[in-house]
Amino acid sequence: MAFDVYLNVAVAGILTGLVYGLMALGLSVIFGVVRVVNFAHGEMMSIAMYLAVVLFSGFHLDPLIMLIPIAVVLFVFGYALQAGLINPFITRPEYSQFLLLVAIAIIIVNTLLIIFGPDARTVQTSYAYDSFQLGVLIVDASKLYAGAAAILFAALLFAFFRFTPVGKAVRACADNYTGALVVGLDVNRLYALTFGIGAACVGAAGVMMTLIVDVTPMIGPTYTLLAFVIVITGGLGSMPGALLGGILIGLTEAFAGLLFTPSAKSMFAFAILVLVLLLRPQGILGQRAT
Amino acid sequence: MMADIVERLAGGVPRRSMLLLAALFVALLAAPWIFNDYLVTVLIVILYLAFTGQAWNVMMGFAGQLSLGNALYAGLGAYIAAALFTRFGIGPWLGFLAAMPVAAACGAAIGFLAFRFGVAGVYFAILTIACAEFARIGFDHLDVFNASAGLFLPVAQYAHNDLWHLRGDPTMFYYVILAATVVAFVLCRMLLKSRVGFYWLAIREDEQAARAAGIDSFRYKMYAVTISAAITSFAGVFYAFFYNNLFPEQVFNISRSIEMMLGPIIGGIGTLFGPILGAFVLTGLAETLDTAMGAFGLDLPGAKQVLYGICLLIVVVALPEGIWPWLSRRLGLTGAWR
Repeated sequence: MAFDVYLNVAVAGILTGLVYGLMALGLSVIFGVVRVVNFAHGEMMSIAMYLAVVLFSGFHLDPLIMLIPIAVVLFVFGYALQAGLINPFITRPEYSQFLLLVAIAIIIVNTLLIIFGPDARTVQTSYAYDSFQLGVLIVDASKLYAGAAAILFAALLFAFFRFTPVGKAVRACADNYTGALVVGLDVNRLYALTFGIGAACVGAAGVMMTLIVDVTPMIGPTYTLLAFVIVITGGLGSMPGALLGGILIGLTEAFAGLLFTPSAKSMFAFAILVLVLLLRPQGILGQRAT
Repeated sequence: MMADIVERLAGGVPRRSMLLLAALFVALLAAPWIFNDYLVTVLIVILYLAFTGQAWNVMMGFAGQLSLGNALYAGLGAYIAAALFTRFGIGPWLGFLAAMPVAAACGAAIGFLAFRFGVAGVYFAILTIACAEFARIGFDHLDVFNASAGLFLPVAQYAHNDLWHLRGDPTMFYYVILAATVVAFVLCRMLLKSRVGFYWLAIREDEQAARAAGIDSFRYKMYAVTISAAITSFAGVFYAFFYNNLFPEQVFNISRSIEMMLGPIIGGIGTLFGPILGAFVLTGLAETLDTAMGAFGLDLPGAKQVLYGICLLIVVVALPEGIWPWLSRRLGLTGAWR
């Protein structure tokens, strides 16, 4: 195959991977701070995807415009979930947290199934078939917008954690729980805030994902698994690691689809995960837990 | 000799617990005479989940290793036994003898890689999911096992029950899975009362302390994974011959792994009775919801699962240790709930 085919596939893989990365970033932020593995992550994303679909088909609101409003809705959802349900579980064993989030995931998937039915929904934007040409490179407009929005959203998040007082307080909670309590931080509120931020990330990623794939109620578990793969590959708790992992998995899927068969593409993602776990269990950019 | 074993198994168990156990066993033995075929099938599902839950409990409840991919071992058992049967006419019991070492080796390989490389806790759990998913997609493309088209066992009308080939009516399958559940229960009790069992509990509670006390934690964690995988593979063989059709998408699905672990978690993790009680409660709940929905004429896909999810939520919030530890205290079986 010619070089330009590889180049096109690589660019498409990177752009999709950026959206994956943003989704995984949400999971990583939640685990890094609250220390709870969000087994309902993909399900939360499917909520955002359905919101985008409904707003588009009902009110002709473009997903890219609704990015921020939907992220805010998901933020509120995540905040309420952590404050109301998950918070008592942060000191419980992992399997107990797992069961709680599986229960939440079951409820989300099937509520969506009741409301929207099992059929795939999609967003048909005016630019769905547009593309930009740059020499031999042909880039889908939807993917380009989605990738750019993912970078923007991630950059905002990095800035938030680095420069704002609240972001610093959240990092303090993650670094030293007891220390954060001692200096008078309201840890429970910050945990809820963090879960909200994680939910907003996955919400934003979900909105952009509607530009790339169709949505069904059953899409949730698949993306929960994908988010795990990405986050562990990049390093659980590392923000740049999540983005890097997303790009890596996006590329892997794209090339596996090209060189083998598209239906086997996630097998390669899982193979990468197993390799990373064995060679570098803390992930590519993760730090070894002590 | 025999008396010794019985003494070791039953020693220290309060009379009330023994009576309860005996009553339950008799009730289960008599069930096919009382219930119709439909309810027997429900009981088969319950015992299947109790059996797989017991196997999962060995890994997580005893040794503290959270596996989220036990569907892998059941799937391997199912596929190997079914393929041997359809291609070479080899019966399920011999098939099980072939499948068990494969599943056990697979569990051992995952355990070896994980424990050697320090993959623990959440990371171990996700490694097990990854291996199960890898198998799911892999089997979807393996033509030897008919790939995604599915592997079917010939279903013929049998005049009599053929236990050797596991062909027959639900009652026969019921007694097979009942026997398996009893064997698993006794086996787990034996393991728990053995040196290995005590080492497992020590590792579960505090691995560093266990190692400091001279326990070779790597070795005993390997035992746990291997034994759990071997037991689970029998469930797979049973599954294949009971349902007569296998699709990678279903057999290796992560939902299967989750189903296997819900019972022990709801029932009471690390307890012998928890997996059985949990299986009864969860399947009973699902069936009750089904009947109730039917009675109210509600035919809304997903509604049952939402209620099921809410019930799970309530149990996990209200009874963090599971139902059995709480129930056994209520029944006055304090301290005996293991």
